[in-house]
Parts: sequence; structure tokens; C-alpha cells
Amino acid sequence: MESLKVRRLLSSIAVNGALFLICFIWTIPTLALLISSFRPRDDIKSSGWWTVLPHRGWQTTEELPIPEDMTRDEPITIEGITATYDEFREGVVSEDRQTQFLWVGNLRSGRIEVRERKWGVNWDFTFENYGQVLAGKTYEITNADGSVSIVQGDNFTGAFLNTFTVAIPATVIPILIAAFAAYGFAWMRFPLRKVMFIGVVALLVVPLQIALIPIMRDYVSLDLNGTFLAVWLAHTGFGLPLATYLLYNYISGLPRDILESAFIDGASHFTIFLRLILPLSVPALASFAIFQFLWVWNDYLVALIFLGVTNSDIQVMTMRIQEMTGSRGQDFHALTAGAFVSILVPMIVFFSLQRFFVRGLLAGSVKG
Amino acid sequence: MAQYADAENQRVRTIGDFLVSSFGRILIALIVPAVTFVVLWQGFIFLRDSNAPQLVITLIAIVWGVGGVAMLFFVSNWLIEQLPQRWMRYLQPFLFVGPAIAILTWYLAIPTLRTFWLSLRNTNGSQFVGLNGQGVPFIQNYIEVFTQRIMLEAFRNNLLWMVLGTSLTVILGLLVAVLADRSKAESIWKSLIFLPMAISFVGAGVIWGMVYEYNPNVGLLNAITGIFGAEPQAWLINQPWNNFFLIVTVIWLQSGYAMVLLSAALKGVPGELLEAARVDGANEIQIFFKILIPYIQGTIITVTTTVVIFTLKVFDAVIVMTGGQYGTEVIGVRFYRESFINRNSGYGSTIAIILLIAVIPVMIYNLKQFGEREVF
Repeated sequence: MESLKVRRLLSSIAVNGALFLICFIWTIPTLALLISSFRPRDDIKSSGWWTVLPHRGWQTTEELPIPEDMTRDEPITIEGITATYDEFREGVVSEDRQTQFLWVGNLRSGRIEVRERKWGVNWDFTFENYGQVLAGKTYEITNADGSVSIVQGDNFTGAFLNTFTVAIPATVIPILIAAFAAYGFAWMRFPLRKVMFIGVVALLVVPLQIALIPIMRDYVSLDLNGTFLAVWLAHTGFGLPLATYLLYNYISGLPRDILESAFIDGASHFTIFLRLILPLSVPALASFAIFQFLWVWNDYLVALIFLGVTNSDIQVMTMRIQEMTGSRGQDFHALTAGAFVSILVPMIVFFSLQRFFVRGLLAGSVKG
Repeated sequence: MAQYADAENQRVRTIGDFLVSSFGRILIALIVPAVTFVVLWQGFIFLRDSNAPQLVITLIAIVWGVGGVAMLFFVSNWLIEQLPQRWMRYLQPFLFVGPAIAILTWYLAIPTLRTFWLSLRNTNGSQFVGLNGQGVPFIQNYIEVFTQRIMLEAFRNNLLWMVLGTSLTVILGLLVAVLADRSKAESIWKSLIFLPMAISFVGAGVIWGMVYEYNPNVGLLNAITGIFGAEPQAWLINQPWNNFFLIVTVIWLQSGYAMVLLSAALKGVPGELLEAARVDGANEIQIFFKILIPYIQGTIITVTTTVVIFTLKVFDAVIVMTGGQYGTEVIGVRFYRESFINRNSGYGSTIAIILLIAVIPVMIYNLKQFGEREVF
């Protein structure tokens, strides 16, 4: 009996250990983004984000004034260490490897920092990255030396609002239209009913790329390009097959007798749909809503094509971030803060409504 | 349903009564849609031209978009209910399914035909391609798609994405699903693996772009290899391995999806079956390959198909991290560049048709599955 217990314990350690390892690797990249987004812009490039963890590294303990008769070429001796200016600039390490002398600043007006190898954490955090990313036209940042410089804000506040403007109607409209259609297919009899539904099933996996060029042409002739309506309709079109299919599966499975008794009471289809079917379908509506919301919020291609890159006032966040990686790919402070702002909302939705989301996925999801 | 509707509302009216009411009805029936139209149109104009603060625009746009659609449904239903019973019963189904069918026709069905038509035509679609002696008439675009070096590179990479990306995603998803099933902290592990599903490809591009960064003070991968004394590497530039590092981002995003579906399938395996196998002396590995895998085969196929389709259309991840340079070109990026940067609608359409052809087996499978359902 004892040995069985030990074996159980060992296998539990192995299972949880393996899971911990996988989850650790899975979480680290996102964690890196979050931590980096709160670090001062210069720190991000000069020391790894992992230095926020306790680590052993050089820390300045003392500052020495520079000797006055210094020339660039001749070696000098400081605290028993002899080296040239250039070597001091690189940092000279004492023989016991415990102290480092580093020349900071230029030949005439610099100083020498004495550093020791110590355990420490690099907990220098700031909100300035977020300030700059969210700000409109200009943003003031305080530099390390206390001076103030003015930089261009990235106006993520605007992009954030635009993303909402795109995402909410682009989620609700297809659901509404699909719910009506699903009810129609499930509970009404009309000519070509089966043919139409076969069409819906066939369109489930059609890649949306197939539609972009013709729709773009239609939008140009209708002068719809660069409007929110254009993007809503596009997302509605591309989301409808799956929405109709999923909602049909749910609504057609509702018990028949509820509807029949409502008909006997003289209710019309419209009333039954509004008063009876919609409330009963909330679980299915919610799972698809989350699915579609995350899809639209995270979408880049459809927004890129139908909102266009020319007018930055209507850009959504994915477009802004992509633009930043292209033109200022090394501005990690802005990039990380911007990316985190953009993944914040889906994460909240995801964590609070995970149950519905999983249900939606399980209901079968092959999106075109 | 219809027989119940038959029974209701069999009122008899005098002729005069009918005339008065129908005249009034027609009048209202004209005014209500007109008012609806004007309101919606004014909203559209306002949203297009207004300089109001952005928060106001956002709120109005949401109300206008969502409310507008609801209003259209209400008004059309009201109109239909004004009609005589017979007409109403005939028209109402089309009110319910009509909008969906109209949008699907406009946005997916007809564009498929139009894209095919465009794929036979020249750069701006003005005439058939290859007619003026340059290349083979009608199918010149297709010939180029299958012979151009950059397209061949894209096909090769997409194959890599589909094979490597899909298999690793499914295997990892299955691994986590099986392991988590035996852990008490199941839901925590699953949430952590699932979390990247909420992140956009663009966001994932930034996240992994940092991991792969050349500067070892930023890039985790170079910092780790640096510990072992290796020089920093430009992971996203060195060919052909950069494709593998791109694929990792999609595995990271999609494994959660595979895990959720496979985990649910595993829960459906009857406990008695496993007990019986254990009593017969099967070890865990035998149980896994001989019982679990065959039992959840259907789900594995579903997951694999979905991820394959996903990797087939991969676009954002590549465009954010490498822009398709350094030998990382894929079909999705080619489609975008040819159609919207180079403005070659013929060539772009041809690529889109190739994508469509690639998913046709899945489409046929879906239709077959649907055909086997007797209820419809």
C-alpha cells in the first residue's frame, strides 16, 4: 500500500512539474511584455526585463572625481588600477573581480563610478510609456537627468475608441441578423429553404481573401471606403456563415412544445422570436458574441483594407501597432505599452467569460 | 407552424371599412420607411462629416450601427404585418432569412465568382490576360503564380506552416489536455495555455519580436544563448530557420484551442473502458495509443483541419515580424501585396482562388456531414 502512495505522489509531481514547465514557457513572453512596458525607455535597451528579478550585477557604490591632468593617450592610476581613458570607458575590473571602475561622461567633465558586484533588483518602474502612447499630439517626458523633452504622442486613446467603434457593432449586427436567419431556418417553411442553408454551410470555410478585391471595388464605387459602416458590413458578411450555423444548431434544438403553445396563444413569429427565442438562446448568443468580438478586436487584415492607412484618425489599434513596428521597431517602450493596451480588453473579456468562449469553440468553429 | 397561423385572425370586414383602413395603412406604410431611411441617412452623414469629440462619435456610431439594424428589422416586420394575412405568411420568412442571405450573397457568394472572373483578367481587370501576345490567354496569371520564384517560396513556406505548425499545435494541445486531466489544478494550467487565444497576431508579433530581438538586453532568446557563450543571432533573419521561429508564435497562439477541444473529447472517454484496460494489465502508454487516441480521433481531425486552414491563410503574424522578407514569404502576404500594394487585381485574385481551391475538400466534407443529418 505504501509503495502505491509513493508512486501516486511521484506521478503527480511529474505531471504537475511538466505542466508547470509548459505553462511557464507559455506565460513568459506575455509577462516580458507587461514588465517591459513599465520600464523607463533607456532601461529597456540597456538591461533585460529579467533584471527586475533578484540578480547579481554591478551596482554603483561610489563616485570618484576624475584626475585633472588626464590625457587621452597616457595610462593613469586610480585606486591602484592602471589603465587608459578608453579602457576606463569600457569598464576596468579589479583583480579580485569584485570591483569595476567605469568612466561615465567625456574626458574633461566625466566622473568615475566605482561599482561592486552585488545582489539586487532593478525596480525602476514608470507610467511614462503609457502616457506617451495614450497621449494625443504631444507628451512631455522627464529625462533621467531631470530635463524635460517633448515627444510626439501615439494617440492610442483614439485608436482604442476606434477599435470599440468597429468591434461592438461588428459583433452585434451579425448576431442579430444570424439569429433571425437561424429562427427562420429552424421554425419556418419557405421555398428554397434547404438550398439556402446548404449555401450557408458551404460558405463556412471560404477564405475571406476571396471577397476582398470585389468588395473593395464595390466600396470604391459606393464611396464607402474608410467608413466604419464598411468595416461593420464586411465583418458581418465574413462572420455570418458561422453565426448562422451555430445559432441554427442551438435554436433548432429548443423544445418544440414551447413554440407550439405560443402559436396557439396567437403570438406572431416576430413576437415569439423576440420574447421567447432570444432569451432562451442567450448562452449560444453569448458564446458567439465573445468569439466574434475577439475576432474583430484582433483583426488586422479587414481593417487595413477597408479603413485604409491614409486617414490615421480612424485607425484601429492593430494598425497602429503594425505601423510602429515598421517605422519605429526599436522603440520598445512605446511598442510594449501600445501592445499591452491592445490586449487588455480581450484579456478581460476572455477571463470573465471564458466559460462561454469555450462553449462556443466546442460548438464547432471553422471560420473562413 | 403554418396551420396555427391559419386559424387566427379570420375577421370579416365590410368593403368600406377595408378601403378606409387600407388607404390609411398605405399612407403610414410609406411614411414609416421614409422616416427610418432619413434618420439612418442623417446618422451616416453625421458620422462621416462630424468633427465632434471622438468619444461622442464612438457612442453615436455604436448606437447608430446596432440600433439601425434593429430598427430595419422592426420596421420591415411592421410593414409586413400590415399586409393581408396570406401575403404576410408568404413574406415573413424572407424577412427573417433575407438579410442574412442577401449579405452572404453580396459578401461571399458573388465575390467568389467575381474573383474567379478577375483571375482570368489583367492587372486592372480591363481585359482578359495574355491576349496581346504576352503569355497564354486567360490562364497567364495561373501560370505565373505557379512559376514565379517568390510564389514558390510562399508555397514552400505555407507547406512548412501547415505541416510543422499544425502537427506541433495538435501534439502540444493533446499533451497538455492529457496531463491537465490528471492534475488537481487543471483549470489553472488550461487557462494559462488558453490565454494567448485572446491575443491578436499583431500583439503576438510584438511579444515574440521582443523574444527574438538581436540586442541581448532585450531579446530573451539571445540572453539565454549568451549564457552558454553564443554570439547574438538575428533569429528572424537567418534563413531558413526564421520560418521556424515564426511558426512558434502560431503554435503559441493556437495550442490553447487544440487543448480545449481535445480536453473536452478526453472527458467523454468512458471511465469503465479505461478501468477494464487497466485491469487487463495495459500500461498508460498503451492506453493512450490504443484507447484514447482512437476514441478522440474525430476531434483530432476537426482540430487538425481548423489549424491547417488557419496556417494556410496566415498573414498578420508574418507581416508584423518580417513583412515576408528574408525568405519568409507566405501566400497570405503575397495576396495582400499583389492586390493592394501592387494593385494587380488579376494576380491577387488568382492567389485568392488558389486559397479557395485548397479549402474545397473541407467544404465538401462539411456538406457531406450536413447531408447525413436527417433533421433538416
